[in-house]
Amino acid sequence: MPSLGADMETGTLVEWLKNPGEPVHRGDVIAVVETQKGAIEIEVFETGVLDRVLLTPGVKVPVGTPMALISTPGGPPATAAAPPPAAPAPALVQPLRPSPPVAPAPIARVGVAAGPRPHVSPAARKLAEARGVSAAALTGTGPGGAVVRADVERAAAPPPAEGPKRAGLDLGEMRKAIAAAMARSKREIPHYYLSQPVDMSATLDWLKAVNAARQPPERLLLAVVLLKAVALALEDFPEFNGFYRDDGFHPSETIHPGTAIAIRGGGLVAPAIHDADEKTLDELMAALHDLVARTRAGRLRSSELFDPTITVTSLGERGAESVLGVIYPPQVAIVGFGAPALRPWVAGGRIEARPLMTVTLAGDHRVSDGHRGALFLLEIERRLQHPEDL
Amino acid sequence: MSAEGPAPATMRTTYREAVRQAIREALLADERVFLMGEDIGRYGGCYAVSKGLLAEFGPERIRDTPLSEGAYVGAGIGAALGGMRPIVEVMTVNFSLLALDQIVNNAATLLHMSGGQFNVPVVIRMATGAGRQVAAQHSHSLEGWYAHIPGIKIVAPATIEDARGMLATALRDPNPVLIFEHVMLYNMEGDLAATAGAVDIEKAVIRRPGRDVSLLTYGGTLFKTLEAADALAKEGIQAEVVDLRSLRPLDEATIVGSVSRTRRAVIVDEGWKTGGLSAEIMARIMEHAFWELDAPVARVCSAEIPMPYPRHLEQAALPQPAAIVAAARGTLGR
Repeated sequence: MPSLGADMETGTLVEWLKNPGEPVHRGDVIAVVETQKGAIEIEVFETGVLDRVLLTPGVKVPVGTPMALISTPGGPPATAAAPPPAAPAPALVQPLRPSPPVAPAPIARVGVAAGPRPHVSPAARKLAEARGVSAAALTGTGPGGAVVRADVERAAAPPPAEGPKRAGLDLGEMRKAIAAAMARSKREIPHYYLSQPVDMSATLDWLKAVNAARQPPERLLLAVVLLKAVALALEDFPEFNGFYRDDGFHPSETIHPGTAIAIRGGGLVAPAIHDADEKTLDELMAALHDLVARTRAGRLRSSELFDPTITVTSLGERGAESVLGVIYPPQVAIVGFGAPALRPWVAGGRIEARPLMTVTLAGDHRVSDGHRGALFLLEIERRLQHPEDL
Repeated sequence: MSAEGPAPATMRTTYREAVRQAIREALLADERVFLMGEDIGRYGGCYAVSKGLLAEFGPERIRDTPLSEGAYVGAGIGAALGGMRPIVEVMTVNFSLLALDQIVNNAATLLHMSGGQFNVPVVIRMATGAGRQVAAQHSHSLEGWYAHIPGIKIVAPATIEDARGMLATALRDPNPVLIFEHVMLYNMEGDLAATAGAVDIEKAVIRRPGRDVSLLTYGGTLFKTLEAADALAKEGIQAEVVDLRSLRPLDEATIVGSVSRTRRAVIVDEGWKTGGLSAEIMARIMEHAFWELDAPVARVCSAEIPMPYPRHLEQAALPQPAAIVAAARGTLGR
């Protein structure tokens, strides 16, 4: 049972989406788990075959409890790591840390002792990747038993018809989760706060010009421009991007900003947009659309919940002037954007009406200081003066 | 072109006659055109392509030359530089090696080395290939060597239409074009539209569409490959046959397009494998269609030996339909 946030202690298995014996591929969604944040799709990090499931739907277990055994090609047989088959799933035991299966076998892990690698044609590999099928686990019909494209096509059966109604959001539970995380944040994290007014003329003018040439569905929202500016600025400020754990700060090499998404009827979740610094604005827009839709449907993926390396909250046009955020542990910073509003501004010695936006930073003082925080905000401001480079 | 109206009149003819008519038409159409080569006048050409042309056009335009490929190919290049449109016939590609210096060092380079001032609008025709039991000094397929050289175009007419139509287009080209005529095609009979004329010399053509495997070939092996495709169809394998037609430049789009559809390829080339045209085509497929492939690309080529004289050994050394069928099956894992 993966931890889907600092506040999660237990999870309830709702359903398995793969059956024992089926191949699974890194990134596949294999199960749905009910948490305080709603039903979360659990992604798998191994490629192999789902050997055996250890939990039955409806069982609530602590974080860290093994849920299933996956045998990987070249890895030790899954049964080696299995508890006695008769052992029932632990109803409520001490939380476990996920640990590698028994004796780690480094030779097997690099695949040297794994026997011949199954032949998979380039065309089959490409299709398998696109369809999320583990081609290596298929029976090949090509030359010398190689897996060819047609084999993958047969295996990548059409997506199963909508099953029974899945568990959705429970706003009461979500409120409890927010309460736990925010209380822990305020208890443990020594926050400091900075704010910086930013002239948004350049960004808003650029956005208007870009959107004028687009159909409404393709238009960019200010939120993705802000997200990209933060992601790029983070490249030079690693002390705001990562996790504070028991043994100190661990900067993250990847930049996965969590985007605060409000839920109708109350509640809030901040799932990750992966590798935001490497995505184009259009890709970010598509990712945000997708994330918002799935958040409101209560169908987020596990990696989106535990991957965010920083949180970005953007109040939008109907919001307040500024937001002083509460850091979501174990993250170490949250950047807030207030609503843009016309305000007097001195430009070239004259007072002019300019759209201003207050950008704020709440930083973890165990990791960074206000001086660096100020430079980080100035870098975001600088990026927003050149939106065409985002 | 149009489906309307009466079918165009066709005539029964041969590949040899189609080449002859192409030369006649060129001589009639443009007084700068002349034909020269060994035994092309009084004897009528070693493959009888130019029979009768001396009587019709006279010795000024149908010129027998001394037995020196270097001299007369060089003279043709000089005439082209001087404003003529020579058609130079070389008896076989093996003999053209004596003229390599003229072709590779002069014809192919002068446009480049003169900074674009001198075109060399020469057309050099030569016979290529084996099957007539004329042994190792008259039977090789060296067109792949010429396809290595930038500055010249290499074409290989396999059909009667192309034999009739490629020469006119080659003569219109401002730069050198080498035409390779396979010796086993001259006697081939077929129907040719009375209106047949110039054809392009750039595009490969799909001679038979199919979805399971692409058979890529040209020249003398086209009909063996079509025969193999017929045999494969009886086994339920739909082979696509691509006639390359132009060996330099290669029509990469058609090759890659076909292989991307069928995901399997067999290259049939009467040249040798090592360093050959088939190797180049495989490389292009790797560069541009690797992710589309379902099987390693296969080749059916001539045995890597000097061409034998005895008929049974010569036939054993050449690509044959049975070997093409086997290679195609292999790409399908059958």
